[in-house]
Amino acid sequence: MHKILRLPLKQQGNTMGECPICAAQVHVSTGTIPGELLVCDDCGAELEVIETDPVELAEAPSAEEDWGQ
Amino acid sequence: MRIGLLHSLIRKEEKLLLDAFAGAGVEPLMIDDRKLILDFHRAPEIDLLVERSINHSRALHALRLFESAGVRCINSHRVAQICGDKLLTTAALKDAGVPQPECRVAFTEESALEAIEQLGYPVVLKPAVGSWGRLLSKINDRDAAETVLEHKTVLGSYHHSIFYIQQYIEKQNRDIRSFVVGDDCVAAIYRSSDHWITNTARGARASKCEVTPAVAQISLAAAAAVGGGIVAVDLFESADGLLVNEVNYTMEFRNSIDTTGVDIPRVVADYVIGQARQ
Repeated sequence: MHKILRLPLKQQGNTMGECPICAAQVHVSTGTIPGELLVCDDCGAELEVIETDPVELAEAPSAEEDWGQ
Repeated sequence: MRIGLLHSLIRKEEKLLLDAFAGAGVEPLMIDDRKLILDFHRAPEIDLLVERSINHSRALHALRLFESAGVRCINSHRVAQICGDKLLTTAALKDAGVPQPECRVAFTEESALEAIEQLGYPVVLKPAVGSWGRLLSKINDRDAAETVLEHKTVLGSYHHSIFYIQQYIEKQNRDIRSFVVGDDCVAAIYRSSDHWITNTARGARASKCEVTPAVAQISLAAAAAVGGGIVAVDLFESADGLLVNEVNYTMEFRNSIDTTGVDIPRVVADYVIGQARQ
């Protein structure tokens, strides 16, 4: 089972979050909603937006066997 | 009107659908399957549920329970059940007389090998439940057949011992994916690759395919065979005409909007809103 990593994050307004992998500041675009995926520019990790206000990011779940069509 | 949208991760498709719903003045209730608790009696108060989960297993079971609680779903549990299992899809297409590649199903290594030799090499061995072209095996000879079957039997989970064996269709490095919304085949793309697997998730290139009467006819027949709704139909262009390979019930379309010039999320949203009003 995939383990989602959740770490406390610093808040810098509503548009920046901290990458839970490398601690880089990650920009979250206006209009982003929880559940969206984005990539950390610094470490390349795929991240899931958990919350947008304040921004909270988690390591994105790995693809599972029954994903996608 | 209250429309629910069942999701897990929000992919580009879900964002596009939300934009399309917003354009029609509808804000769906977002239902994250990871937070969902169902008790077999009640469901969120919505008139219609649009299923967009990335997980087949969650979608399948959630749809059954939403329907049990009296919520109409697009697609329905029946459609998800049939499309999510290649064996059931093949049976439904056969029952409806829709052309498809020859298939065999076997349950043991020995009978699967016999079935493969009945069909003749090459064949494609597929997991009955699977997607994005994963764990597909093109088997060119008996040595490969014996190896793959043994590996599946020893290393695979129990459902990998349901051997779904499909005749290999020489498809000239491309297949067709058509999009059916209700009674219309709204768009189609070619998926081209130098590899025999032509899923765009595996790097295949998308280009526009005209929705010819033949493409529309077989796509609509396939959609009807599995129960209708919103589906994407994968087609092979064989020497004997078009054949249905698979039918997808939570279709991905991000690569097909600019390619086809059809605003697929808008078409889907309009269809869903229309169904919710009925």
